[in-house]
Amino acid sequence: MNNILVAKGVSKKYGDHIALNKVSLEIPKNSIYGLLGPNGAGKTTLIRIINQITYPDSGSVFFDGKPLEAKHISMIGYLPEERGLYKSMKVGEQVLYLAQLKGMSKFEAKAKLKYWFDRLDIGDWWNKKIQELSKGMAQKIQFIVTVLHQPKLLIFDEPFSGFDPINANLIKDEILHLKENGASIIFSTHRMESVEELCEYIALIHRSEKLLDGKLIDIKKAYRNNIFKVGLGLYSNNGVLDELKDKFQILSSEYMDEGKQLNFTVKLPSNDTGSFLAHLSSKANVNNFTETIPTANEIFIKTVQSKNIHG
Amino acid sequence: MGKLALIIKREYLAKVRNKSFVVMTFLSPVLMVGMVALIVYLTKVNDNEVHTIGVLNESHYFSTDFQGTENTVFVKYRDIDLETAKDSTLKMGFYGLLYIPDEPTLESVANRSFLYTKEAPGSAIVENLEHVFKDRLRFQRLQELGVSVADYERVDLDYEINTATFLGERNVKGVNEIKAIIGGGFGYLIMMFIIIYGGFVMRSVIEEKTSRIIEVIISSVKPFQLMLGKIIGTSLAGITQFAIWIISAGLLFSILILVFGIDPGGLGAGAAQAPGLVGNAATLASGESTMQLYANELFKIPWAMLIIFFVIYFILGYLIYSSIYAAIGAAVDNETDTQQFIFPIILPLMLAIYVGFFSVFNNPHGPIAVGFSLFPLTSPIVMLMRLPGGIGEGGVPIWEVVVSILLLLVTFMGIVWLAAKIYRVGILMYGKKPSYRDLLTWLKY
Repeated sequence: MNNILVAKGVSKKYGDHIALNKVSLEIPKNSIYGLLGPNGAGKTTLIRIINQITYPDSGSVFFDGKPLEAKHISMIGYLPEERGLYKSMKVGEQVLYLAQLKGMSKFEAKAKLKYWFDRLDIGDWWNKKIQELSKGMAQKIQFIVTVLHQPKLLIFDEPFSGFDPINANLIKDEILHLKENGASIIFSTHRMESVEELCEYIALIHRSEKLLDGKLIDIKKAYRNNIFKVGLGLYSNNGVLDELKDKFQILSSEYMDEGKQLNFTVKLPSNDTGSFLAHLSSKANVNNFTETIPTANEIFIKTVQSKNIHG
Repeated sequence: MGKLALIIKREYLAKVRNKSFVVMTFLSPVLMVGMVALIVYLTKVNDNEVHTIGVLNESHYFSTDFQGTENTVFVKYRDIDLETAKDSTLKMGFYGLLYIPDEPTLESVANRSFLYTKEAPGSAIVENLEHVFKDRLRFQRLQELGVSVADYERVDLDYEINTATFLGERNVKGVNEIKAIIGGGFGYLIMMFIIIYGGFVMRSVIEEKTSRIIEVIISSVKPFQLMLGKIIGTSLAGITQFAIWIISAGLLFSILILVFGIDPGGLGAGAAQAPGLVGNAATLASGESTMQLYANELFKIPWAMLIIFFVIYFILGYLIYSSIYAAIGAAVDNETDTQQFIFPIILPLMLAIYVGFFSVFNNPHGPIAVGFSLFPLTSPIVMLMRLPGGIGEGGVPIWEVVVSILLLLVTFMGIVWLAAKIYRVGILMYGKKPSYRDLLTWLKY
């Protein structure tokens, strides 16, 4: 079994509103999987189905190869977008309670809690009430609640909203650490750029439907548009540009006097860069040459647009 | 520990440790006892007030009357006219002036007598005065008729028909009422408990919703488990509170009795005499045996059965209502939005209490009493009011009890199922105050 979670044709309706329409996903083990899409696309509904908070009208979900059932709850950790804890309950008691609800023994939970308190530099908060903590501190506690029971699958809904930059970084590092230790992670977000760098796999969800999914690199390859950024070392802009413009599709250009460099973007007819580079090298020094890879956001917009045209 | 047990424990501790719970628990009995003491004190002060009434008697009747009592002092005026008497009564600050004019007959004297007071007089004083006139008038009429007072007193008798069941058990007047009061006490207890602790359940649901912890919890346990745990945990806290109240109130009262030397035997005797007076015990051949009959009737109330049924009706009734409260808490975002939903809950409870007190008192087995003791939203209260009369022969027919409990069970399952559905959807809905129509669509999710 290479997938921690598989969804097959999952649909969910709320009254007349279709929240999910035949969504199928495969989330590989030990990966970071981005569930991307705008607000209201159906991400939270899908996550709630995985968490067995709601149930699909049709379709099925498999966890580690077996149909999703109640006992899997203890193997999933969920950080919801709407975060909260009992305000008047003490930190230690509260985390122990929530860990026990996830099926941990009190003893086990206590030991783990010590580990995380040390790790996240949480000192003597044990007897503090949540309402006495700052928002950032409460968020740390919430993170511990999510990961304490060592879930195989972690689901973070908008993980970095509400964290200050320092804590956001800290949490990011912790998530990567958890992945190294074997956990599979789902990120759900509408701010696609925020997690793109972390995700190996993504799925784009829009208006209750999955638009595309797969390995991020493969998707980007599929969506590459053969646009390259080039920097040529030239002592003067002596007609090279005009000559290039005749032969190639130059999208934009600029000559930097100080660096003695001509920067331009070019769209090539194919992905074959060899002849183009050979041509350039014969004219001048190629200082830099990079492919402009579309961002998830750009891919998303493009997919939505093409879908609107075709569908 | 099972998840349900964990939730029950948390809800119980959260409630019991709450400061307002602790304060209320220990303050309420003190307040109660304080209230009783205050009422007793005020009544005493009221009773001890002595009224002075001036009497201007121009007639030749009543010369020996108006000697004054414990609470009334009569001051007799002589040889002044009415206006002067009024003035001096006011000046002396007396309570009032009784004017008895000079007339030829006792009848006309009585008819033309006046009591002048600054404000409308107290009924006790008026009764007291009227009594004097009545006695005189009666005495005169008896004389006119040639009847001696002794003969008259022999004529004045009370009569009560003897009633019994076909099995020969004697019924005693007023016993139905006493039984209904005992049952009503249980019913009232259930109603209070539902309103107070149902409200706690509701607030606790709202708190989880507004603090947004709900989603974390229901990703670990089923919403139904959470709802049930909350209801049970809160009611256990309530039972704890009641137990503390009963024990501490008992302690406080016994301390009061010791300190103030109130004789509980005397209180008991006074209370026991009250029903006897209904039938004017003095004229009945044996007051003693009537008392015995009442005592027998009270002993005959099947207390063990009553308590068992109290527990059954209490648990079912409380679960039905508190799951509705939980559903309401889940449907709204804050407490102010709950009003429109709470009224329909309180209504059957109030109805049950009023119907119980009016209809069950009059006729414990009449159609209204039977109807309301079968209807599941009122049966926990109304049936308990009927049950002190016993089950079976002479009491509530067995089929009624069975049907009422079966209906209650079916309703319980239905309501809890519906409430759980509303709860499950509602706890994840934010920002919008739902209408009844919304709740209906939630049931289909």
